[in-house]
This record gives sequence, structure tokens and C-alpha cells, in this order.
Amino acid sequence: MDEGGWVLATAIRAMALGTPILWGTLGEIVAERSGVINLGVEGMMILGALAAFVVAQLTGQPAVGLGVAAAVGGAAALLHAFVSITLRANQYVSGLALTMFGLGLAGLLGRGWEGRPLLDTLPEISALTYAGLGLAAALWAVFYHTRWGIVLRSVGEMPAAADALGVNVALVRYLAVAFGGVMAGAAGAFLSLAYRPAWTEGMTAGMGWIVIAIAIFAAWDPLRAVAGALLFGALFHLSFRLQAWVAPELLKMMPFAFTILALAATAGGRRGQGAPEALGVPYVTGER
Amino acid sequence: MIGVTAGQSPHASPEAGAPESAPLLALCAITKRFPGVVANDRVSLDVRAGEVHALLGENGAGKTTLVNVLYGLYQPDAGEIVVDGRRVRIRSPRDAIACGIGMVPQHFLLVRRHTVAENVALGLPQEGFLRPARRVERRIVELGTRYGLAADPRARIWELSPSEHQRVEILKALVRGARILVLDEPTSVLAPQEVGGLFEVLRRMKGDGHAVIFITHKLDEVEAIADRVTVLRRGRVVATMPAAGVSRRTLVQMMVGRDVQFVLPRAPAAPTGEALTAEALEADNDRGAPALRGLDLAVRRGEIVGLAGIAGNGQRELVEVLTGLRRATRGRVRVLGREVTNRTAAAICDAGVAHIPEDRVHMGVVATMTVAENLVLRRYRHPPFSRGPLLDYAAVTRFAREMIAAYEIATPAATTPVRALSGGNIQRLILARELAARPGVIVAAHPTYGLDVSATEHIHRLLLRRREEGAGVLLVSEDLDEILALADRVAVIFRGRIAAVLSVGEATRERVGLLMTGQAA
Amino acid sequence: MRRLGPLVLEPDPAPPPARVLGVSLLALAGAVAAAGVVFAAYGADPLYAYAVIVRGTFAGLREISEVVRRTIPLLLCGVGLALAFRAQFWNIGAEGQLLAGAVGATAVALFVPLPGPWVLVAMFAAGFATGALWGLLPTLLRLRLSVNEVLTTLMMNYIALYAVAWLIHGPWKGATQFGFAYTDTFPEAARLPLLAGTRVHWPTLAVGLALAAALAFLLARTRLGFEVRVLGQNPVAGRYAGIDPARTLLAVMVLSAGAAGLAGVGEVAGVHHKLLDPGQVSLGYGYAAIVVAWLARGSPLAAVLTATLLGAIFTSGDVLKVALQMPFRVTDVFNGLILFFLIGSERLLAVRIRWAPPAATVRVGSGLPGTPEAGGES
Repeated sequence: MDEGGWVLATAIRAMALGTPILWGTLGEIVAERSGVINLGVEGMMILGALAAFVVAQLTGQPAVGLGVAAAVGGAAALLHAFVSITLRANQYVSGLALTMFGLGLAGLLGRGWEGRPLLDTLPEISALTYAGLGLAAALWAVFYHTRWGIVLRSVGEMPAAADALGVNVALVRYLAVAFGGVMAGAAGAFLSLAYRPAWTEGMTAGMGWIVIAIAIFAAWDPLRAVAGALLFGALFHLSFRLQAWVAPELLKMMPFAFTILALAATAGGRRGQGAPEALGVPYVTGER
Repeated sequence: MIGVTAGQSPHASPEAGAPESAPLLALCAITKRFPGVVANDRVSLDVRAGEVHALLGENGAGKTTLVNVLYGLYQPDAGEIVVDGRRVRIRSPRDAIACGIGMVPQHFLLVRRHTVAENVALGLPQEGFLRPARRVERRIVELGTRYGLAADPRARIWELSPSEHQRVEILKALVRGARILVLDEPTSVLAPQEVGGLFEVLRRMKGDGHAVIFITHKLDEVEAIADRVTVLRRGRVVATMPAAGVSRRTLVQMMVGRDVQFVLPRAPAAPTGEALTAEALEADNDRGAPALRGLDLAVRRGEIVGLAGIAGNGQRELVEVLTGLRRATRGRVRVLGREVTNRTAAAICDAGVAHIPEDRVHMGVVATMTVAENLVLRRYRHPPFSRGPLLDYAAVTRFAREMIAAYEIATPAATTPVRALSGGNIQRLILARELAARPGVIVAAHPTYGLDVSATEHIHRLLLRRREEGAGVLLVSEDLDEILALADRVAVIFRGRIAAVLSVGEATRERVGLLMTGQAA
Repeated sequence: MRRLGPLVLEPDPAPPPARVLGVSLLALAGAVAAAGVVFAAYGADPLYAYAVIVRGTFAGLREISEVVRRTIPLLLCGVGLALAFRAQFWNIGAEGQLLAGAVGATAVALFVPLPGPWVLVAMFAAGFATGALWGLLPTLLRLRLSVNEVLTTLMMNYIALYAVAWLIHGPWKGATQFGFAYTDTFPEAARLPLLAGTRVHWPTLAVGLALAAALAFLLARTRLGFEVRVLGQNPVAGRYAGIDPARTLLAVMVLSAGAAGLAGVGEVAGVHHKLLDPGQVSLGYGYAAIVVAWLARGSPLAAVLTATLLGAIFTSGDVLKVALQMPFRVTDVFNGLILFFLIGSERLLAVRIRWAPPAATVRVGSGLPGTPEAGGES
């Protein structure tokens, strides 16, 4: 393949694999902007992947599978929201627990679905990819130019200020976290319906964690998230392409090593856009 | 200008005292209980349109609780709220705003990263969905001009000064149509001159028919701006009366229940030798911007130097540099003649510097650990508390018992977790820990903040005694009265430098006030 | 303070240990019930499944010894994490540190010929060192650049995973193994002795128990332990107290990651006698250890008990695999549920419920010193 063709092919594959990363990241950005950190993305993604695959197999309709996956992700996220917001428990551990549970549950219920090829799949570069880009732009507009955006960002920066002005902080956070779960579930669906139409146990292979890291790397900005998703999509792709020259296991390390680098670079860099100030801190409304 | 002049302006609004005008707002027999204490006990209060009503009481009297009930942050256990003759249920700030009640809290609730307009527009229901910040800009400018609250809608909160933050809070309330405005200790963040500006704003609002509830514990403010005053003590209303013609003595007696010594007797200063010296100090703040820009300050043994200044001019950073919690990028610090620049906090503590921190609950103690462990928090690595790598808990407990007795810390046991203690007792614990070893240097940052009069008196006596014993004390405080009462010399900090150091005789409120805002005196 | 009819919910700053235990048991019960639902969804009868589990973990000496065998790595990782969590150092990387320890031990076993029992001592030392090393990067990133260690330690897990995979497929591929990916089998001297009649490699167990006792002593009675507790409960006060966060955190990391490394040594030297597929070296012990530490509420001694519980869960996984063909992943279901219910039940700990019908007499506040401060007062 000539030079240009190679670059183009890489770009296309980057966009393809970047799609679930982007969806997941956008969801996580919305959740974290409201002040709730969701470490359950990996679990929600794999549950979404399984749900989508099973439903698509049973109904022959991948779109339905996608919808169910999103709903499953949202439901799991609501559990996380309940524990984190209403019960005001440790958000980090709640997310970790959900990921453990999700991975286990998917492994358990997914038994028997392995090795069954999916015939009705989604094309790789599809509406989902463009929808992702569109969603990123839409979220950017919402964040910085609408009423909802001010409310969301304020709830994540100083919920007491929003509360004192009559904003229902808990509701905003529930919605944001649910949105994050829906996006994570959909991202998982993309993996099992389009990218690698199949179900394998543990098929998310850590992508959920990378999504969380990219949210940080992108400074919680939807447009930067696009860049981050494309970058990591390319990285994942390269880790396959270069297998002819470098040991495959070493290549698989690449995205994770790169994530550490990205996190280090972000933290050491500018002090302008930091995390939402109330991120990870449970909010106690009024009555103490 | 500062309080003095404001008090000489004639009270406006003849309607304020008119007996026929029905109250705009009435709180009837409000009772609010917390575990162990009744914060508000059948409190009744009413405010008329065009009136400034002062709510006076010392710390812990229940003033903030009352207005939190009014604003819907707390639910009362008994009593009712009447607005414009109608009984209302205020279950949340949303209801309060709907009733026309606006609150300017003592600690501002502003998102630092956002602009003024975004903060004002937060949660504002309006026709448009898009660009809410722009839509509200016009209202901000309009209201700003009308009441003298100039604020640039596009400025980011972190760029503004505390008095500008206050204006934004007031604007937030006005934009939402508040007719009843509650201000909680509004002058605590203002320089003396800025107080006059605030009072002018309140007068204009009064003239426009707004009702203002003004919480304070400062008597001169009551004299200066209030039409009526209600005194709260220990959760109960002591009296409500017109502000004109009431003597300070009467007010204090009502607030505290007894006569209080305003100025403690003290021997004239006889400073000997160097205690704490800062030379040409430069340091950055948390955002990386310069906070100290070549600061020189000397505290001698046997004297108290008061550091006056508006919050945000480098006091915090100075205290942190002097106690080893922040790096100085340039300059030198000497303690008792020894160079300690940029040494660790532990080393500076060992050099004889006691630090009574500004944030006593979050920095001064570990709330989940015991009283005994907190009493050795700073010196645990020294014998007798430590032997090699091991801690000698028997010695720790012995020491704790001594301190509890000597400093009258009210606690069930030495093993009680500190979070069960009241604020005053936590401060006693901190003082016991810091002062017991007779340190040569004491850095006290806002030591009486949030404490009632008797606790404040106790702390002032302690500091004066140490001064007589030869310690050098740096007292950082926002309460100018406290500084003028205790200090031998007054240093004024402005923009990271010491603007001037005055002897207490030369330090009038006017001069200090001018220096605090950067004008030469 | 909140009122629910005749009940009053008050914040309780110091819950009694009895309540802590009671709430923990409640959470476990909830998790067991929820797991039953999952079994039903899988198509298995929950009661039958639990009966199989009980038989498989308690019935006889052999079953109990299997539980002990599974407990060993959980104990080592768990006490290390208990220490880390007390310092508010969220080490999610025990899994990778375990693998790193296994690699270190393998290197000594295969390539460093030492006489007799010295090989084993060297293997433990090497495993501790490589495990500790694996935790170094995230710690430095946190100290220097304030990078949150949750993600960095996690990433190191995946890197360790692929590193082991590379080693067994590449440079360390066993000369004597054909077609499979593992290293050569360890020589006789590099294998840990087993307790008679069982598969329990007792030296590692002894190390684990000793470490639990040592860390408990460290936390309660030493200067470093005091510093760890202060730093963990209030880092701001810790700085004020003159505690050096770098020194303390590094000490905690070395102990915590080193402990996980020791677990890795035990697995390769006591169970498999070679380095093999990372998913078999560690069956998720590093992650399960998070539950061990959390359930033990940061107490290394309590971690001995909670590690045994989690050991029973892992053994249940084996049992369910055989009896009901359930994938071993079911253990993750248990672990996740337990952790989730634990977190969710913590509200119950922080709240004291009092019976106080509204007609109770009003106690007028005296504002005496010593009474808890009420709300935000000014």
C-alpha cells in the first residue's frame, strides 16, 4: 500500500475505534462536570457489549441491541448515582465495585454466546461515528452557551451556590450520571456490534479506564475529547498494525503506557482548566 | 469613610419608623433545634418595607440559623413565616426566592471560574434557553447603576476583590426580584472605607422600598445604618427597639448578659531582641501568581505586632511562609536570630515558632483522632512522646491530662475524638498545644474567629500573658478592633508588601483603613 | 438531624464497634441475596448453589485447606492495601504488583543459582523488591505532579499483564515446554514446601500472618504509623504537623506494593512452580484484596479474617465451576456485590437512630462548652 493509502487507512481505523472511546468519554465528561466521578465505565461498557450482542442475535436488529445496551448502561449508572448522591458514599469505590460486578456478570451471563458470529452488524464508520462528533459539538454548545450548561458546570464547581439559587443539585447529578451510563453502554455496544462483531469475555480490555483518563486529558472539554479519542483510536490501531515488527504483547501495553504519560503531562501542565472543584465530593443539601 | 463618618449621615426614610406600615416580613415564634442545643427559641421578628433591621448578637447566638430558616436551608421545628400578610412555607431556597427573599451569605457562594454574568444567571428561569449570560448582562448593568453596585458582567470571579464579590451576591438577589434582602456579617470582608459604600447601597435600596435584615456583631454598624435592632442571645430574642438613641453599654449587656471589658489592661511594651524577622520575602500563591512581593517585617520579643489588611493581600501566604508551609522564592526568614528560610514546618516548629492556624478545624486538628493525639500533633517526634521509632502512649496520655486541666479543655476524656468538641474547646486545645512549651514566637492567624466573647477574652488574656513573658507575637486578624486592642505596633499589608508599620498610638482607624486600600496615610 | 415520624436520625461521630460489625454483616447478607438473584438469572437454583458452596468450603479438611490456599495471596495483598487505604493512598495496582513480584521471583529461580534454602529467601526478597518497584511510578507521579493514583496504578496492572505475557511467549519461553506458553519449571530448591496432605504453601502463609501483625503494630504504636494515620485522615493537618508526605507515602507504597509482590512469589513458587499466563498467576487477587481491606476497615488484623472470607469466595468459584459449570468470573460478581453493599451501608454507620416522638419536651440549650456544636453558627 502506498504512503497516502496507509495514512488514510490508519485515519479511518482511528475513527472507527475512536468512536466507542469518544462516546464513553463524552458521557464521563458530563458526569464529572456535575461533580460525580464514575469509575464504573468499564463495567457498564462490557454489560452494554453483552446486552447489545445478545439482543442483536435474538432479534436480528443491531439497532435494537444498541438501544438495549444504552438502557443497561443507564440502569447501572443509576445504581452508582443512588449510592454516590443519595447515600453520599465514596464515589471511587462505588464505581470500582460496579466495574467488578459488571465484569463478573458479563462473564457469567455471556457464557455460551462466545464464538457465535453475528450476521447483522453495524458498519464501522457509520451513523454512530458521525453522531459522536455531532454530540461532541452539541455538548460544547450546551456547556458554554446555554442555561443547562451553566447549571451543570456550577453544580460540579460549587453545588452550594447552585443549591442556594434553587437548583436541584441531586437531580442534575442523577441526570448527568445516567447520561454517562447510557453513553458507556452504547460504546460497549459499538464494540460488539460493529468493531469486532462477536462476543468475547473481557472484550473491553481496559478501554473503560482509558475513557476516564481521556476525560481528564481532555480537560473535561467535549471538543478536546474528540482529539483524545482519535489519538487513542490511532494508538489502538497501531498496536495491531505493528505486530509484524514488534511483539504483540508489548504493543498491547502501548495504550496503557501512553495513558500514564498523558495523565502526567496534563497534571504537570497549565493550571488553567482543572477538574471541577467539587468532583468526587458528596454534597450535603441544606439540612445538616 | 469609615464607620465614624457614616454614623454622622442622617437616617433617611421617614417611613421606616411609621407605625401603620404593615411588616413586609414577619417571623413568628421560630424554633429550631439541633442535637444538644436549641439554636432558635421562639424567635419573633418583623421587618417593614424601607427599613434596615439589624440582627445583633455574638457568635453562637443563633443569627445565621435564623436566616437559614428564612432562606429555606433549614426547616423550623415550630413557628411560621409571614410575607406580605400571607403565611408561607419555605421548604427550600427556591421557595424563599419566590417569596422575594434574597440572601447575601457571609461566605460567598460564587463559582470562581465563571463570570459574573454566569453566576447571576445560574438557575434563573427565563424565556430563552440560549446565551443566558448575555441576556442577564443588561440587567446587571442596570441594577448596578441604580444602586451603586458596579460590576463587570464579563469578569471572572477569581479576578475580583471581596467587596466586588459581595456586589455580585447582592446583584444575584436583586435580579431575582428580592424585596427582602438578608446580609450576614457583610462588613467582615470589607475595608473600613468600603463599609461606607455598602451602607450607601443599602440606603438606596431602603429608599426604593426594600426591607433589609443586617446581621452583625459590631455595635458601630448598628448605630450607623440600622433603623431598628433586635438582639439575640443564646437563641432567644432579648429585645427589639429603634436603633436611635440606644447606648452601646445597653446593647452589650443585652448581647452578652453582663458587662464586658473592652480593653484588657496591659503593661507598656518592653521589647527585647529579635523574635521573628522577614526580609524581602517573595512567594507565590496557589495559582502561581506573586502573593508576597518583597515583604519586610520584624517582630521583637515581648511585643505583639498586629497585621491588618483586607483578605487576599498576602496574609495567608505570609503566615504559611513564616511557619514553613509555603516556599519563599526569595528573601529570608529568621527566628530568634537563626536563619530558617524554607526549612520544613517541623524544623521551624522546633526552632520555637508556635502556629495557631486560621482554619482550626481543617488544619489545626485531626478531627477523627483523640484529644491526646491532637495535643502532641506537632511534637510527637520528640521525647518523651517518642522513643526511637516508637510512640510512648503512656507519656502522651499523661501530658494530655495535664493540658486538659491547665487549659480547661472541656472534654469527657483524653481519648475522646476531637470532633465531639465545641469550636471554643478545639481552640483551647490548639492553644494548649502551641503555647504550653513557652515558644519564643507565636504566629496567631484569626485566633478568635467565630468564637463568643468570653472565649475571645480568654484568648486575648493568654496572648497578653505570653507577651509579658517575652514571646514575640504576630497577630493576623480581620477584626481591626482586636488588633487595636492587643497590638503594640500595627503593620498594614497591601498587595504582598507591608505598606507601613504604625505604633498603636498612631494607628487610627482612618489611617489604617487608607493603608489597607493602598492609599498613603 | 432529620425527622421521620417518631424516629430521629442524628449524625453519629463515633459508631460503636458492635454497630460496625452489625452493619457489615447486614451488607454481606444483602450481597448474598443479590448474588442469589444473579444465579437465578444464570439459570441455576440459588439454594443448590449455596449448598454446594458450603459443602465445598467447609465440609472437610481438604476443603478448608483449599480455602487457606486461596487466602494466602489475598491476605498479603489485603494487609498491604489496608495500610495504603489508611494513608488515603488508593492503590488499585495490587494485581500488577503481584505479577511484578512473580516476575522477580521467577528471575531468581531460573537464572540465579543459589544453594539450598537461600534461593527461597532470595526469591522472597526479589519479589518484594520488584513489587515495590512496580508501585514506585504512580507514587512519584502523585507526589510530584499530583496525578491521582487510582488510574495510574490501574494502568500499571495492564502493563504488568502484558509484560508477563511477553516474557512467557518470548525471552523466557520454557525450553522444555512445547506449544504452551510458560517458563521452565522451577528447580526443586526453588519450590515452596507444602503442608502435609494439602496444597498450602505454608511459608507464604507465615509471612502473611507475620506481616499482618507487624503492620498492625506499625499503625498503632510507631511514629510512622502515627504519621500514616494523620496523613490519611487529614492531609492538611499532616503538613501543619510537619509530616513529610513524600517519606510517609513512599514508605506506605513500599510496604503495600511489596506485600503484593510477596503474594506473587507465593503463587509462582508455591502453586505453579513456573511463570505462566498472568490470568492464572493471579485470579484477580489484587482486585479482591480491595474488598478485603475495605471490609476490614483498614485494620491489618481484621484483614486476616476478611481475607479468609474472600478466600472462601474464590474457592466457591472453583466449586461452582465444577458443580454448575459456572465460569470462574462468578467470584467477581460476589466481590463487586459485597463492596457495593458495604459502601451503600456506610450511611447506616454514620447515623444514629433515636426513638423520639414529637411530643418530647424541649431541652433549652445552655451553650455549655463541651456540647457538640450545632450546625453553622454565627
